[in-house]
Amino acid sequence: MKVIIDQDTCVGSGQCVLTAPDVFDQREEDGIVVLLAENPPQDAVEAVREAAALCPALAIALEE
Amino acid sequence: MNPVSAPTHDALTTETPDYPMARATGCPFDPPAALSELRTHAPISRVRLWDGSTPWLITRFEDQRALLGDPRVSADSKRAGYPHQSAGLKARRVESSTFINQDDPEHARQRRMVTAAFSIKRVEALRPAIQRIVDGLIDELLAGPKPVDLVQAFALPVPSLVICELLGVPYADHEFFQTRSKALIKQTATPEESVASVRELLEYLDGLVGQKLEHPADDLLSLVAERVRAGELTRSEAAGMGQLLLVAGHETTANMIALGTLALIEHPDQLARVRESENPKLIASAVEELLRYLSIVHSGRRRVALEDIEVGGVTVRAGEGLVLANDVANRDPEAFAEPDRLDVGRNPRRHVAFGFGVHQCLGQPLARVELQVVYSTLYRRIPGLRLAVDIEEIPLKHDGLVYGVYDLPVTW
Repeated sequence: MKVIIDQDTCVGSGQCVLTAPDVFDQREEDGIVVLLAENPPQDAVEAVREAAALCPALAIALEE
Repeated sequence: MNPVSAPTHDALTTETPDYPMARATGCPFDPPAALSELRTHAPISRVRLWDGSTPWLITRFEDQRALLGDPRVSADSKRAGYPHQSAGLKARRVESSTFINQDDPEHARQRRMVTAAFSIKRVEALRPAIQRIVDGLIDELLAGPKPVDLVQAFALPVPSLVICELLGVPYADHEFFQTRSKALIKQTATPEESVASVRELLEYLDGLVGQKLEHPADDLLSLVAERVRAGELTRSEAAGMGQLLLVAGHETTANMIALGTLALIEHPDQLARVRESENPKLIASAVEELLRYLSIVHSGRRRVALEDIEVGGVTVRAGEGLVLANDVANRDPEAFAEPDRLDVGRNPRRHVAFGFGVHQCLGQPLARVELQVVYSTLYRRIPGLRLAVDIEEIPLKHDGLVYGVYDLPVTW
C-alpha cells in the first residue's frame, strides 16, 4: 500500500492520527497532516483504510 | 410495502413538510419519526422553513457525506439561498461572520491559525488537567446538597473551565458569557436578542484581545492576538474567532455530558458497561456511540449549492439551499446496524455528529477527551447516580440549535 496525503486540503481534524498514529502525525505549527510511513506495514493497512474513509477533507488517497 | 400507509415521494413533495420537526413524546433520544419516514421514502425532498423558503432536506448518511465533502457546496451564510435556522441566527450572521460560515480559501486561512491548539497531541497533553477539573467538581458535588442540578453543577462548568483555560478567558466571567451563549443558540431568540448577545460577546472578546496584545500569555487568544499584530487578522475578525471558539467550546460538550448521562441512566445495562470498564477503548467507543446516538446538533448542517449537483437521483440547482439532518443520518440502517439501539461497544467512528467535509468540528479532539474523562469518572465515583424526578419532568431543549436538557436534577 502507498499513502498519498494532500496537505493543502487537510483541515487538521486529527481523525487519521487517532486511527493510525504510526502512519500519520500533525505538524506542530498548524496541526496539518504529516506522513510518517509512505508504505505502511501490513498490520497498519486496515487502520490506514479507515483513516482515509474518516478524513473529512478527503485528503488521504491510497494506492493498493 | 403497504401502499396506503407509505407516503409516496410525490405526496411528500407536494405537501412540503415544515422543518424542524417535533420529536415524539416519550422518545427524548430519538430523532423525529417523520424524519426517519423521509429518509426511507423520500431521502432528498423539500421542506418549508420558518421564513417560507423550501430548501432540500438530505436525510441519508451517504448523501450527506457526499454533499458535505463536495467543493460545489458552500457554507457561506451571506449567499442568497442559504437556509438560516431562524430570524435570530440570520441577524447574528449579518452582524458577525466567522470561518464556520465562510468558504475556502478564507475559511482555511483562518481555521489554520487555530488548528494546532486542537491537534491530537496537544489535546492529549491536556488530559491530566481535564481530569483534575472533573475530579474537583465531583468532590464539590459529593460534599454539597442533593438533589442537585447536574447541568449547573457539573455539565456546564467542565467544558467552560477547560475552554477558558485553553483560550485564556477568565472563568470568573462565566455567568456573563454563558447567558449570552445560551441566547445565541436558542432558535426562538428574536433578531434583536441575538444581535444584542453577539455584540456583547464580541465587545467582551475584543477587550480580551486588547489585553493579550499588551500582555501576551501562554494561551490561544494570545496567539490570535499575535495574528492581529502581524496584520493577518483585523481586531473584529479576532474577536469573532474568539467568540466562536468560546461558544462552540462549551455549549455542545455540556449538552453531551448532561444528555449523555440521562441516556445512560435510562439504559442501565449500558451504564454498567461504562462504569465497570477499565478499558480506555471501551470508554472511547462509548463516547463515539453517544455522539452518534444523541446527535445533539439536531437542527441540520446548513449549506447552499454553488452549481447544479446530481445527488441520490435528484438534481439540486445552483443557489438552492441544503439542510443536512445529521441526527437522522446517524440512525441510517444502511450505515449502522440496528441504528436505534444504544450499544456503547460498537465504536461507530464514521458518524456525522461532528459534521463532515472541511467544516467538520475543529474542537472534536478536545470534546472527545473531555467526554472520555467525564464518562470514565462520574459514574464510577458516584455509582448510585440517579434522577431525582421522573424523566417526563426533565425539560428538553426542543427549541435549541443544540439539543439537550435545560436541567437535570440528580441524587445518589
